[in-house]
Amino acid sequence: MKITKEEVEYVAHLARLDFSEEEKVKFTSQLNDILMYMDKLNEADTAGIEPMSHAIALQNAFREDTVKDSLSHELSLSNAPEARGPFFRVPKVIE
Amino acid sequence: MAYEPVIGLEIHAQLLTKSKIFCSCSTLFGAEPNSHTCAICMGMPGVLPVLNRTVVEYTIKMALATNCAINESCNFARKNYFYPDLPKGYQISQYAQPLSEHGYVDIEQNEGRKRIGITRIHMEEDAGKMIHDEHMPSSYIDLNRTGVPLIEIVSEPDMRSSEEASAYLKRLHEILVYLEICDGNMEEGSFRCDANVSIRPRGENAFGTRTELKNMNSFRNVQRALDYEIKRQQYILESGQAVIQETRLWDDSQGVTLSMRGKEEAHDYRYFPDPDLVPIVIDESWVAEVRKNLPELPLEKRERFMRDYQLPSYDAGVLTSSRVLADYFENVANLSGKPKAASNWVMGDILRFLNEEKREIKECPILPQSLAEMIQLIENGTISGKMAKDIIEEMYRTGKPPKTVIEEKGMVQITDEAALAKTIAGVLAANTAQVEQYRGGKEKLFGYFVGQVMKATKGKANPQLINDLLKKMLTAS
Amino acid sequence: MELHQLTIHELQKLIRSKEVNSSEIVKSVFKRIDAVEGSVHAYITLMKEHAFEEAAKADRCIREGNIRALTGIPVALKDIVCTKGFLTTCGSRILHNFIPPYDATVVDKLKEAGAVFTGKTNMDEFAMGSSTETSYFGITKNPWALDRIPGGSSGGSAAAVAADECIASIGSDTGGSIRQPAALCGVVGMKPTYGRVSRYGLIAFASSLDQIGPFTKDVEDCAIMMNVIAGHDPRESTSVPLDVPDYTAFLSRGIDSFKVGIPKEYFIEGIDPEITEAMRGAMKAIEGLGATCVEISLPHTEYCLAVYYIIAPAEASSNLARYDGVKYGFRADDCKGLLDMYKKTRSAGFGAEVKRRIMIGTYALSSGYYDAYYKKASQVRALIKRDFEEAWKHCDVILTPTTPTPAFKIGEKMDDPLQMYLSDIFTISTNLAGIPGISVPCGFTRQGLPIGAQFLAGHFEEGKLIQIGAAFEKHANAKQRRPNL
Ligand SMILES: [Zn+2]
Repeated sequence: MKITKEEVEYVAHLARLDFSEEEKVKFTSQLNDILMYMDKLNEADTAGIEPMSHAIALQNAFREDTVKDSLSHELSLSNAPEARGPFFRVPKVIE
Repeated sequence: MAYEPVIGLEIHAQLLTKSKIFCSCSTLFGAEPNSHTCAICMGMPGVLPVLNRTVVEYTIKMALATNCAINESCNFARKNYFYPDLPKGYQISQYAQPLSEHGYVDIEQNEGRKRIGITRIHMEEDAGKMIHDEHMPSSYIDLNRTGVPLIEIVSEPDMRSSEEASAYLKRLHEILVYLEICDGNMEEGSFRCDANVSIRPRGENAFGTRTELKNMNSFRNVQRALDYEIKRQQYILESGQAVIQETRLWDDSQGVTLSMRGKEEAHDYRYFPDPDLVPIVIDESWVAEVRKNLPELPLEKRERFMRDYQLPSYDAGVLTSSRVLADYFENVANLSGKPKAASNWVMGDILRFLNEEKREIKECPILPQSLAEMIQLIENGTISGKMAKDIIEEMYRTGKPPKTVIEEKGMVQITDEAALAKTIAGVLAANTAQVEQYRGGKEKLFGYFVGQVMKATKGKANPQLINDLLKKMLTAS
Repeated sequence: MELHQLTIHELQKLIRSKEVNSSEIVKSVFKRIDAVEGSVHAYITLMKEHAFEEAAKADRCIREGNIRALTGIPVALKDIVCTKGFLTTCGSRILHNFIPPYDATVVDKLKEAGAVFTGKTNMDEFAMGSSTETSYFGITKNPWALDRIPGGSSGGSAAAVAADECIASIGSDTGGSIRQPAALCGVVGMKPTYGRVSRYGLIAFASSLDQIGPFTKDVEDCAIMMNVIAGHDPRESTSVPLDVPDYTAFLSRGIDSFKVGIPKEYFIEGIDPEITEAMRGAMKAIEGLGATCVEISLPHTEYCLAVYYIIAPAEASSNLARYDGVKYGFRADDCKGLLDMYKKTRSAGFGAEVKRRIMIGTYALSSGYYDAYYKKASQVRALIKRDFEEAWKHCDVILTPTTPTPAFKIGEKMDDPLQMYLSDIFTISTNLAGIPGISVPCGFTRQGLPIGAQFLAGHFEEGKLIQIGAAFEKHANAKQRRPNL
């Protein structure tokens, strides 16, 4: 087993996802298959190889420090599931 | 057992750029909620960040000012966590490759100078603000602050008392403000400090379990929170218990630190290089360019003031506490050619006037030229020091140069020897009995004559001249 | 022939000679949509009213003689590019009501060139899939066989072009999401070099792999579209500040002295024999055009899938964290506190495949596993890129099948993620290396399902792909057949 049901639960919490028991079992087995497949990578010799995080090597892409118009207030909040006055509203953190 | 505190500080400073770090929204404080927001800083689907060049420049400045090594290449990473004030679900920060590392600043302690190591300085974006409703189960989110550029300055655990921590904090604050890259406002949150604290038996090398202190929004609170926390940990250890590694919040009203236990979960930030941003390569010519424009830093300035102007350490410290004040003093000192007098007037009367009205030195109505002129007028005897006290007050009130004030008030000091001799002769003639006594050996009466002459000249006579003439005329019989 | 059946360049000729105008073209396209959309379901949102308004504007431009590269041409957009004021869902419930306040750069450029948008096309949710079955808005069918998938994730854009429901379309390709559906739907699809076409406004799946590209009815149209959408964008840090050549200039150059690399690792077991056969035919055709086929090796090919299925989900897990029910999109009802809102919203807002990938990605980045998965994958990725750099010493372009099989049946692979992932086996390495690739129709199976040939070239050598694609296409004469709808 690469990943246990408990680990699936931990990862799900990190990702803010909830699964039913049934889904958890199914996911655990599917993730195990996928992760087993990933083991293939261990065969590749990567000693001294710099990890590649960009397909094309660029550097120093900057913008100048100038202020441009922000979105209108209405447009900023127009997609909000819930807005109160000028704010987005969310339920409080329950301790 | 004697315990020794071990303290490290993490400082977040908002940079004084005009626009945010990855978008063109304004960074101004105090705007209507969610009005300095755009698709980018709100984390709308599809948007991409582009780095504000000035953020890099300011960070290089701070790195140079704190003796850090600047990495040839650095990059941004994503720090992943969920919170409503973090619209993308990750904060763009620097992780494995920060802009600079391995620096230090020196702090002055009673026992002498101490070096505090700086682990790293890196760039990141600020989060938004959450306001909690006291009556409803609601929180409200304002994203104006989201994406305001921050630098995080992480110290080594080199501080051994709250005083040292406070001195280090003040030193960094002073440098940031000197560099004009941060306004240093702790109340508005543009300069924030978290602390890691542990204690260990004196002489022990291993670190104790540390706690992280947050929510200390003034210099005073940092020191109070540290003092409280050190005592708390000492009490725990002395009673045979163990300190728990945790985050604690400073509660200003109760004057205690409180555990955040339960409100916080295990962190697993899943950092990885941000694929939307490219590496920042800082070559020597860029560093040289920034270095060239670096202002003189407070400590260097302090030392130079002591050396070049022969000022005592205390005066130099006060006068370099801000760049504008130091510039003001230097102007007065150089224009008058009398640094010690300049220092006395600036530290005495000028700062007192400003303090009384809670004004800043840049708002001082007395121009450095005027103060320098006044000092010269005292030097050449045109006015007395006593007169100057009145004149400077008038100058502060009206903003007028000293000569104008003197003219308007008719306050020129009598330096004409003949005229003064005449007045003295009059005083002596009117006090023949005392003159007799003086000449008979009662020399204490000299002061009486000086007073009479001052009275007759309404204080405008040069005291040295009065002394000289009186002596001559009293003995001349 | 009806107007909706024509290509961009054919319509342009008619527009320039004032034989037709944009309104007539748009009318023809919407008539076609009315006729076949019910069975194909290529679109999530149609922009009919807007299209006719824009067509009227285009007609004014035509009358004034102000004709640009795409004036009056109906173009469909994958529902992953943001359109100001128009619903943009990314195929997900979590964005089912999202109306962007801005246009993607590619949308700006198409507008600037005079294109008329027909609508937003269906796709796998957040572009995660190879079949367009994971969309919250239903399944798109392959116009060549309605019981089969059109490929994915840009299945709607491919099907819309194949079914003549638009003249050309825009897709996005993270691991083959343009080339694979192009092959399965018998159209031309190009994934440009990473950084060539701006990603600004493209809803991110895997930021270091995503790239926008066109679907067209032939290679000439592909060149025309590329001329419009390619170019540096200061709004994207990874956009490459290089000049863009005129791609149409490559159309008639021929491939006389071309060396075409045939990677031995790509002709493996598990490929449908009819596809192998079509590839043999393609090689013969290419040699007949004056090029030479040479065997090359891409030794790290066997790792591509594993590398991809770590890097893409890892980036996705972070890119999709913003869908939290706070600022836009779906939010679950009846939430007890913040954490509950997050979990309910995301669990109900995302489909199974998206959640699976978020889980893989979160796991691969989590404490203790980063080095074994994400870092290792990033290192092997560098080796894969190096393989290609080595290959360009021996050839100008590479030829491979686009897919190992023709379009499979709807539902066939939905419950076997690994099998589904294997359908991207030939297209993934391109994204990992950041190089451009094109899929060009290459005949049909005996059942009448389209087969695609994939050509790959070095960074910024889209021109070479246009060059060989155009020559090959002329020879293969694949345009003759049309889906029978
Ligand atoms: Zn903004």
